[in-house]
Amino acid sequence: MAAPLLEIQGLKTFFFTRKGVVKAVDGVDLSLNEGETLGLVGESGCGKTVTALSIMRLISEPIGRITEGSINFEGKDLVAATESEMRKIRGNRISMIFQEPMTSLNPVLKVGDQISEAIQLHQDVSKKEAWDRSIEMLRLVGIPSPESRVNEYPHQMSGGMRQRVMIGMALSCHPKLMIADEPTTALDVTIQAQILDLINRLKERVGSAILLITHNLGVVAEVAQYVGVMYAGYIVEYADVITLFKEPRHPYTVGLFQSIPKKKGSAKRERLQAIPGLVPDLLELPKGCKFQDRCSRVFQRCREEAPLLLKLNGSHQVRCWLYE
Amino acid sequence: MARFISRRLFHLIFILIGVSILVFLMLRLIPGDPAHLLVGELASPQDIARIREKLGLDSSYVYQYFIYASNLLKGDMGTSIRSNVPVSQEIFVRFLATVELSIAAMLISSLIGILAGVISSVRQYSIFDYFSMMMALVGISMPIFWLGLMLMYLFSVKWGILPMMGRFTMGLDYHVISGLVMLDSLLSGDIQLFFNSVKHLILPAFTLATIPMAIIARMTRSSMLEVMSKDYIRTARAKGLSRGTVIFRHALKNAFLPIITVIGLNFGLLLGGAVLTETIFSWPGLGRYVVDSLSARDYPAVQGCILFFAVIMVIVNLTVDIFYLYLDPRLRIDGKG
Repeated sequence: MAAPLLEIQGLKTFFFTRKGVVKAVDGVDLSLNEGETLGLVGESGCGKTVTALSIMRLISEPIGRITEGSINFEGKDLVAATESEMRKIRGNRISMIFQEPMTSLNPVLKVGDQISEAIQLHQDVSKKEAWDRSIEMLRLVGIPSPESRVNEYPHQMSGGMRQRVMIGMALSCHPKLMIADEPTTALDVTIQAQILDLINRLKERVGSAILLITHNLGVVAEVAQYVGVMYAGYIVEYADVITLFKEPRHPYTVGLFQSIPKKKGSAKRERLQAIPGLVPDLLELPKGCKFQDRCSRVFQRCREEAPLLLKLNGSHQVRCWLYE
Repeated sequence: MARFISRRLFHLIFILIGVSILVFLMLRLIPGDPAHLLVGELASPQDIARIREKLGLDSSYVYQYFIYASNLLKGDMGTSIRSNVPVSQEIFVRFLATVELSIAAMLISSLIGILAGVISSVRQYSIFDYFSMMMALVGISMPIFWLGLMLMYLFSVKWGILPMMGRFTMGLDYHVISGLVMLDSLLSGDIQLFFNSVKHLILPAFTLATIPMAIIARMTRSSMLEVMSKDYIRTARAKGLSRGTVIFRHALKNAFLPIITVIGLNFGLLLGGAVLTETIFSWPGLGRYVVDSLSARDYPAVQGCILFFAVIMVIVNLTVDIFYLYLDPRLRIDGKG
């Protein structure tokens, strides 16, 4: 099998704050093949976004720093890449869509300028060609009358449209990898479905792999082939989407599935299950497994030794001593 | 856009009426009598009364204002009591000197202020940041007359690099075209006069620029810091744009609104003349003229100047507002550029 498009090994990104070291990403391993979609799931503050920003090398230095690990992309270690090498990769080979479409576009520049600026930067085209390509991208992401919309400013568009513009911008240089950081969270439900559908369709067309970051398991089920579940800075479970939904193994993943409200009328209406406790303070992580305080199946070893990522069958991996 | 401008100019009428009444009254409420000052200590009461009558100061305030206002409507700002020259003429000549000085000071302060502010913001907490912000504090706190005298002492007296006073060296041939010495010297191809006037401008312009420069630098820094943490800056970086493009194209344009406000406000103030700087460097501008006219109780001259400042302020503010529209599309109500 060919080498994966993206391979992250032992990535650690820490923030050195006045209060202490925040271990936002603490040993993430991931791999993603060309054209695949990987869902990265977890609750707020578990390090999903920081993982994405680490790949883009957009962590705000000097407070935040990648302290360990490697990010191999198309055979190049991005952790060791220089800033000018990264600038050639950002927006070109890897692009990113952000959570907040309302604030992610520059309010004082026309959307056309914002799209064509990336095209002009990375592709050898004239200003006019870049502008025409921007119109084409707007058409592709389903914005009506793109010829006139291209001249508009972000405030003249709705949230859904702005997210379409972001997607158009992200795909304008045909990236090999697109990172979508909660692309639908800020949108209302009908628009969410449209945007997911759009990402799925365009992915086929452009042939990009997608790293989809979300806290919504439903979104993952819809578009991802593989899923990584993150907790407090590392991956606790990794599997293909069907295996994960059928046989979740890590107590945290199991808890996540139990905390999804059941449909009305399906059997008895039960009380909604929640995972007790809170995400541990990233400044004071416990010794051993980070999930120990909230785990219903915790035992002595969990409190002493940090669990390793264990291989189950196939691609299924889990970071839990229960399965050793 | 045309409607916006005409509406604002329409407001100007009411501002002028208000300002003219206020200045008119205030001048007459302060102690001192122009007739008295004109004829001197030893004049007889009859002489003073005669002069008062001649100047129209013997009638009631209401009547005096009525005469003044009706003359204004005819475009007549009155005649200076001191020099007997029409006030509009006196103002115009001095205003051009002030304009030259103000534009130079604003160019210096905006360029250096914005640049220092931008560098400070992108290198927050660096040595440059601490240094420039400390300089800004010093700039704001320093008494302007002291700075002017110090600069004059160092550059003119001690080192003799720059001239001490005036707009150009006396005795140089100067053909008045517009009244702006630098522009006229270029128009008539007189390079020697041009450089001479530039040299004369440096010290007063720099003196006048210090306070606005400091304010602009601090404003730019805080505004840029706010903008640089915005989501769209992250988007711009995620596109692979260079640092310079991110800072100047994506951030500065967004940060410019408060900066342009401060620039406009300071420019308006400078155009009203800078009394201290003009006095120190013997610059024949409006600031000194107002103060001199005030101490002589030259009512028409002071009234004329204040009205003129009001017009200038309104025009500067209007220009700033038009700049807003250019900078921030969200403010364009009709949605058209």
